[in-house]
Amino acid sequence: MKFSVALAQVSPFLGNLEKNLEKCEQIIEQAIRDRVDLIVFPELTLTGYFVKDIVDSVAITRDSPILKKLLGYSKRISIVIGAVEETPEFKFHNSAFYLEGGEIVHTHRKVYLPTYGLFDEHRYLAPGSRIRAFDTKFGRMAILICEDLWHPTAVAITALDGIHYLIGISCSPGRGIDSSDRLGSSITWERLNRTYAQTYSMYVIYCNRTGFEDGVNFWGGSEIISPSGEQIIKALYIQEDFVHTTLSDRAIRRERITTPLIRDEQLHLTIQELERVYRERFKD
Amino acid sequence: MNVLKINTGLTRRILVEFIRNEVERVGFSNVVLGLSGGIDSAVSAFLAAEALSPEHVWAILMPYKASNPQSLEDAEAVVKATGINAITVEITPMIDAYFERYPDASRLRRGNKMARERMTILYDHSSLYRALVLGTSNKTELLLGYGTIFGDMASSINPIGDLYKTHIWELAAALGVPEEVIVKKPSADLWTGQTDEEELGFSYRDVDTLLYYMVDRRYARQELIDLGFKDTFVDRIHTMVVTSQYKRRLPVIAKVSARTIDRDFRYARDWET
Repeated sequence: MKFSVALAQVSPFLGNLEKNLEKCEQIIEQAIRDRVDLIVFPELTLTGYFVKDIVDSVAITRDSPILKKLLGYSKRISIVIGAVEETPEFKFHNSAFYLEGGEIVHTHRKVYLPTYGLFDEHRYLAPGSRIRAFDTKFGRMAILICEDLWHPTAVAITALDGIHYLIGISCSPGRGIDSSDRLGSSITWERLNRTYAQTYSMYVIYCNRTGFEDGVNFWGGSEIISPSGEQIIKALYIQEDFVHTTLSDRAIRRERITTPLIRDEQLHLTIQELERVYRERFKD
Repeated sequence: MNVLKINTGLTRRILVEFIRNEVERVGFSNVVLGLSGGIDSAVSAFLAAEALSPEHVWAILMPYKASNPQSLEDAEAVVKATGINAITVEITPMIDAYFERYPDASRLRRGNKMARERMTILYDHSSLYRALVLGTSNKTELLLGYGTIFGDMASSINPIGDLYKTHIWELAAALGVPEEVIVKKPSADLWTGQTDEEELGFSYRDVDTLLYYMVDRRYARQELIDLGFKDTFVDRIHTMVVTSQYKRRLPVIAKVSARTIDRDFRYARDWET
């Protein structure tokens, strides 16, 4: 199965849903003209990153007109987009929606909300409680959001859940300047993406945002990594970009024949040992 | 290995994009900055000229009668090299008129007054040119509190506030800042013969290396001493950082309501932009 994926590396307006929706619509229409099958936007595309006390005013519910509008487009192109989601219990999540065929096929609520250094997410947002793969027109996928991907256990769950495509979206702040031609944060991300793709013989589709908020830069550099750990496509650093390419699950098949790591996973042993670790070290 | 070595190309790119983004997102297209003839304001001017194009950058040269004439010459060299707009507003009449009342005022009071006089001129011109005030304080002086609160520390956006003085030297060379501005001894030029390093009692390279480990890398006191820094130096710098914390924050507000500005009324400054 071949399909085309676009990375919409945008710089959202902070706290302006209408302007962000308008921006997304323009890019979606461009992607449709380019015959893209799946378009991936970054984390919190509709709101911007440092939402702080505006969380409640920029949150959208599952029946919001904004989501309805995007669901309309999803009949022509599958869409991954990040937003603040408000639940019926009035909880606010950093969520990503997979929209396809006019339906919300999957919602991932960011599980790991960083609250250290320059991050303050758990103060304003509720963590998700699930990591699940889901089926799409193009194959089995999972979405993880930013910090989720810094926890290899989260990635392992998605891989064992049978995915071919891991979609990672982020608002990664650029930091850690030294003598290298890349920022410390981008070096780490690029290392993770390659490691995960190769370790689990899957595609990693990574879309980061760009732009500035309160002096913090988001470094862009979105990319797709092949199941053998090679970079297939790369967006520009530090500025907005739109790139797309075609993926095929045959590359996954070839890699899993050559190096059948997923086949050889011992899930039962893993669970048994994790349960022991939990009993011995995490349970009170 | 020199831990303070930075990739100047990448740094320059981020700072140029920063200026463009933070100026344009609030509906402005101009910046105004005080150009002293020193390296910090020269670097800010070069970055702004690249970000916004030189005709959108206004430099104000604000000498006092006791200022080193070389400072004005160096500032003019920066204006020439960048092609930015420049005007000169001498602060001598205002400063002298004020200190007629206080003929015995200390050098510190005079220096602070001059820095604040320059700040009011910059903010007045920010209104005249519809321009944001571009900051020129580096990370070393911000951390040490080696600056005047509401004076040279005041600005709307600051492209170089996360770069140590040592970084500024590296970046200045890459930007093409005139050689004479890079090589001369840093000075606030508040009195004849003043130099920063003599007044502070240590070199920028030494203190920048210490601050890098202390602040950026979070080394604890004993770890810094184990690296080879003298305990008295570590303690003195720690004290300078702590006692100048007030200069880096907004005024403290007495909380009485349910939501107090900056305490539990929390919004990004770039709110809705």
